[in-house]
Amino acid sequence: MISLAGRDIIHSWGKFVLTGFGLGLLIGVTLSMAGIYRGMVDDAKVMLDNTGADLWVVQQGTQGPYAESSSLYDDIYRSLLDMPGVLRAANVTYLNMQVNHGGHDVSAMVVGVMPGEPGTPGHPLYLIAGRHITRSHYEAVADINTGFQLGEHIQIRRNLYTVVGLTRRMVSYNGDPMVFIPLKDAQQAQFLKDNDALIQQRRRNADNPAFNRPQTPDLVDALNASQSTNTYVNAVLLQTKPDVFPEEVAESIRRWKRLQVYTRPQMEAIMFNKLIDKSAKQIALFLVILAIVSATIVAFIIYTLTMGKTREIAVLKLIGTPNRTIAGMIMQQSIGLGVIGFVVGKITATFWAPIFPKYVLLEPADALRGFIAVVLICALASLLAIRAALKIDPAEAISG
Amino acid sequence: MKARTLALISVVVALLAVFVFVNFRSGPFAAIRVTVASVEKRAIAPALFGIGTVEAQYTYKIGPTVASRVKHIAVQVGDLIHAGQVLGEMDPVDLDDRINAQKANRQRVASAVQAAEAQVQDGIARLQHANAQLQRYQKLLTTHAISQETVDIKRQEQRIAQAGLAADRANLDVAHRDLARVEADVKGALQQRSNQQLIAPADGLVVARDADPGTTLVAGQAVLIVIDPNSLWINARFDQLRASGLRAGLSARIALRSQAEQTFAGSVLRLEPLADAVTEETLAKVVFDDIPDPLPLVGELAEVTVALPMHSAVPVINKASVQRIDNRLGVWRVDDGELRFAPVTLGAEDLEGSVEILTGLNQGDQVVVYSERALNTRSRIAIVEQLAGVSP
Repeated sequence: MISLAGRDIIHSWGKFVLTGFGLGLLIGVTLSMAGIYRGMVDDAKVMLDNTGADLWVVQQGTQGPYAESSSLYDDIYRSLLDMPGVLRAANVTYLNMQVNHGGHDVSAMVVGVMPGEPGTPGHPLYLIAGRHITRSHYEAVADINTGFQLGEHIQIRRNLYTVVGLTRRMVSYNGDPMVFIPLKDAQQAQFLKDNDALIQQRRRNADNPAFNRPQTPDLVDALNASQSTNTYVNAVLLQTKPDVFPEEVAESIRRWKRLQVYTRPQMEAIMFNKLIDKSAKQIALFLVILAIVSATIVAFIIYTLTMGKTREIAVLKLIGTPNRTIAGMIMQQSIGLGVIGFVVGKITATFWAPIFPKYVLLEPADALRGFIAVVLICALASLLAIRAALKIDPAEAISG
Repeated sequence: MKARTLALISVVVALLAVFVFVNFRSGPFAAIRVTVASVEKRAIAPALFGIGTVEAQYTYKIGPTVASRVKHIAVQVGDLIHAGQVLGEMDPVDLDDRINAQKANRQRVASAVQAAEAQVQDGIARLQHANAQLQRYQKLLTTHAISQETVDIKRQEQRIAQAGLAADRANLDVAHRDLARVEADVKGALQQRSNQQLIAPADGLVVARDADPGTTLVAGQAVLIVIDPNSLWINARFDQLRASGLRAGLSARIALRSQAEQTFAGSVLRLEPLADAVTEETLAKVVFDDIPDPLPLVGELAEVTVALPMHSAVPVINKASVQRIDNRLGVWRVDDGELRFAPVTLGAEDLEGSVEILTGLNQGDQVVVYSERALNTRSRIAIVEQLAGVSP
């Protein structure tokens, strides 16, 4: 049996394939936009996943450590370890900063982690090169997106750190790559002022008669020393025992330790409702508009493609081809065009996704949804075209 | 017509092939690229890493013992000084005048001693005369030339002379003691005067000159700080979690912040019995085998790597392999291309990231070292030499 649609496509295959590619690029853009939205949501999620924590303990009355700043004494984690249901506890600090690398700055989130066995909350979950931090100072594990390589020296505040390990997909909620350094260094990096500020502070202290008394010459030194220490961390990450509900542990810490505690769902809510809320909605709205525009353009292309064949359809009618066959031809052609467009779109989206500076997550479920939408739109558009085609007067074949 | 069909079919087939390829090379259907390594049996040399500051073992803070004003200082920062050298002087104010007064007093008391000695001579002469008189009168009494009463008067005179001499001698003794007291006063004042001088207690290097002439200082406040440059050491701090095995005598490498590329040989002099409870660090003193020239700056940051004794050979892996899954530490073992989680117990580790495996793995086992994503038992893996983005 000869497929009428097939024969028509073969007759003008160049036009058909090029139209398919054009459609494909449009669909590719739409799929990428969906990927950008998913990537944004995934960045926030993966940040929480990577901590390995069940509970986040932060300063009372704050929504830290990501949405607000929070500071806790760094020895609180010991008393939290004694709470029933707590398996592991680890201090952590987060600091968004520019890390100097070979003369230019890299936006990164510097994470201070406690030394410990693999799986300690806060640690990078896996490496793609190098090793974990073994020295208690001046070593760093960096996300590959920072562009750092093993053995390179990076500058954080006044100290140089050696990159000893690389990891990937360890990002902050806004997609900045993370740099893991030992906790004590990170605490120092958080409070350490620049040298000029330190000198000015010392001078202010020395000029203050309350601190610089002749009878107690050491007082000003003691004051200077006490002003340049930091015993604070931003949060304590807790892992709970397998047989307890995190919310129960959280409640007892809130009640007895007078600290704010967030569980994973609460933290996710803070992330999505407070941190990436507006930008995610912005992208989502644009995605919806882009999808509508793409659907309209696809429908118009199918329609105009069919309308361009008015004379051929009239001839078919003239030779007595049944309406069903003509409708089938148009439907098959448009769905075929849609399928080629989808395939091209998926391929292009996959190829250009890694070029984007931020993470683009192409989910198979999104692709499937896109495919169904493309087929449906093509079918609908072809219905319009079929309706127009069936109205064509066979006489047109021999007119003009 | 046939050529067109073939062309169309080839385009469609090529598209489909690329489509299938991209779906299986990226996204969740793609195999996770991993690198594997076999478990080696070898000995590792664990080491400890700490930081500290250069300090001097002997630091001398030289200053006045009473509140006073600086008169002059003879040395500058950077001068090498010798034990006993006069480094400066505090203002004595009226101390010299008081010494002169004490000396005059001493002369006065010495004269008083001479007077008392003359008194004693006088007393002796009186007594001798009284004795002679008594003997003469006693002889006269035997011839009954004089009365008993006259002899008694002479005996009384002799006793008075005796008592007078004793009083004179006592006076002389008082004068001598007075002289001793005044001499001690003079000596004390002179010593106080010499205490106003700032004298070097040992050979050393002047590192600080905290007060200039005219400054008034309280007792105990330092004018000069002197260190013994041959006693420089590192006051090193080691995180208590990573300080087991630290003890005196271990060899160490010292890197100074100003000369980060160069390391100096040293050794652990002692482990401090007192740890820092606030920073949770163990403290140790690390000495240079040879003090570097030029001298390291006191207070400079130094990194110390202490080598621990070599362990015996056991299975060793890169610690990047170790994961915690379901609360168990273990590694992903690759058996015939299949992933299997093998729980392990870990031993000592070195600073290069190698860790001993006490149980759970055998020599030659293939384990996953690096992976693009977190793995689970259902993960499909593709073994590669190196992961994307890592420069060789």
